[in-house]
Amino acid sequence: MTTTTAPTLTPVERPAATRTPRVRFRDLVAAEWIKLWSLRSTKWSFLAAAFVVLGENLLSAWGDYSNYPDYSAKIKAVFVPYWALGDAFNDGSAFLLVIAAGAIGANLVVNEYGTRLIRTTFAAVPARRSVMAAKVVLATGVFVVFGALIVGVSFWADEAILSLRHAGLSIGYPGALRVTVAAALLAPIAALIGMAIGAVVRHPATTMVLLIVLNVVVPALLLDQRRLSATIDEAMPITAWARLPAIGDQTGPGPIGMSMAHAWIVYAAWAVVSVIVTVVVPARRDV
Amino acid sequence: MIEIQELTKRYGGKTAVDGLTVTVRPGHVTGFLGPNGAGKSTTLRMIIGLNRPTGGSVTVQGRPHASNPRGLWYVGALLDASEVHGGRSASGHLRALARSNDIPRARVAEVLAQVGLADAANRRIGGFSLGMKQRLGIAAALLGDPQVLLFDEPFNGLDPEGVRWVRGLFRQLAAEGRTVFVSSHLMSEMQHTADHLVVIGRGRLIADESLSDFAARSVRPTVSVATPDAVRFAEILREQGVRVQSTGVQTLEVADLAAARVGELAFTHRVQLHELTTHATSLEEAFMDLTADSVEYLAGDPR
Ligand SMILES: Nc1ncnc2c1ncn2[C@@H]1O[C@H](COP(=O)(O)OP(=O)(O)OP(=O)(O)O)[C@@H](O)[C@H]1O
Ligand SMILES: [Mg+2]
Repeated sequence: MTTTTAPTLTPVERPAATRTPRVRFRDLVAAEWIKLWSLRSTKWSFLAAAFVVLGENLLSAWGDYSNYPDYSAKIKAVFVPYWALGDAFNDGSAFLLVIAAGAIGANLVVNEYGTRLIRTTFAAVPARRSVMAAKVVLATGVFVVFGALIVGVSFWADEAILSLRHAGLSIGYPGALRVTVAAALLAPIAALIGMAIGAVVRHPATTMVLLIVLNVVVPALLLDQRRLSATIDEAMPITAWARLPAIGDQTGPGPIGMSMAHAWIVYAAWAVVSVIVTVVVPARRDV
Repeated sequence: MIEIQELTKRYGGKTAVDGLTVTVRPGHVTGFLGPNGAGKSTTLRMIIGLNRPTGGSVTVQGRPHASNPRGLWYVGALLDASEVHGGRSASGHLRALARSNDIPRARVAEVLAQVGLADAANRRIGGFSLGMKQRLGIAAALLGDPQVLLFDEPFNGLDPEGVRWVRGLFRQLAAEGRTVFVSSHLMSEMQHTADHLVVIGRGRLIADESLSDFAARSVRPTVSVATPDAVRFAEILREQGVRVQSTGVQTLEVADLAAARVGELAFTHRVQLHELTTHATSLEEAFMDLTADSVEYLAGDPR
């Protein structure tokens, strides 16, 4: 080693390539979280969805509240639990929740393709499956919370309105918790389905059309009970939801000829297939 | 270092990149030139793993980029400044990118300041001008302090000050020992930016040489002459076997003969000269010559 009289040099930071990046899945989830909330439209879409779904529920509960004195004794006898539970989260709200969550979920994927941000994303994180898995994890978390909040508030507010007629029920009532859980889970399941359609189709408008066809048009067309269509109908998430609230015998076929277990399986199957499609498909194609 | 081996990409029946073999070395700004549709953008997309090659391979620092779980540490790329979400702020966009790659958040403000967007950090990207988006793209490319940087047409939309700044930045990055690969279809942009050129046409390699070699091959000066005796002087020159073209009543253009020799001939034959000027062929013209056979999308092409 030699001593030199050269002026002291300030140490230069070592170039990045000599450091190694930590590869952590939670960084990707955190990045997706930043992406989600750095869009102003996110807050508004969630608020709008909550407003519409809650509005629909409160209106129907309010309708029963107003009409209650005119109901026949026969109806009043079974109002709790059948009607009261129906008001807790009605069919119209379920449709609205499925459409809203589906659209917001699809948008999580499709807005990146629509803006071509996906290229920036995949160049920054070439592990594409991890990126999509992070999106799935984030969406599942956010929509479980969103679904629970909306359904929870609906249940609480609707039953509060009905209890003014002493016709409400509490969450402890047999079957009430199942209704709420089944309704709340519609949000993440619909969101995951939306993401999967978005990941395959990649085009925003087409994705929305398919989402509506799947969740509204197909179940509506299949209302009649012919064998084939009934089979498809019973594979629809919204039909499964319609079965799950059924009260009474919880093992045999319910009002639409579908067992409770079958209904839960439909839920799970849609979720699992959607996750696989969302994670696998984008990794296999050019962007 | 970027190593491209026999790289081929076909879209349906259309061959965008055709057996391209090139090595892009560190420490230089390498210009990537070719006419519209030559396959430059397609090649760059394959380098960063966005598109899968139909054949051949490409590695960055010895590895295919797609096999790096996180990319910004290795390659910074600005392929298209519009590949962002207009609803996000500049800093929101960069924060998400930084977080995904475990890059400290403080780095975001640093690169924004470096590209001159510090004041616009919290504004929506949708409201940015093309030049501002271009700067944001450069900021994103710098985020991970990578050794390899790719830019596709980075001068689009930049003002003269911006162009100068970007050129300086590229040179600085190369001087730090990084690999800088910059595409353009304008030679004039490259001649002040790059010190090495890769030229392609219809997906094939046409030239891979230093800027000075490229310039040397293109020096074929012409001499323009203004003289009241244009007709007589043209004949004199032709008798000497020189190619002459009349460009006006009193002007001629002489090819392949040095100005001194033209002046000498005029002097011996008592031809009065008003003007004698040498025009070196520009790099632009050399580039046009070189790629003339591979221009696919010719303006005014009669079909
Ligand atoms: N996704 C794609 N699908 C089909 N053809 C494509 C696709 N991408 C590029 N091409 C075709 O490949 C060829 C090369 O295109 P590319 O964009 O790489 O050219 P370029 O050199 O970047 O041109 P420019 O200077 O205009 O940007 C073109 O003929 C183009 O039409
Ligand atoms: Mg291009």
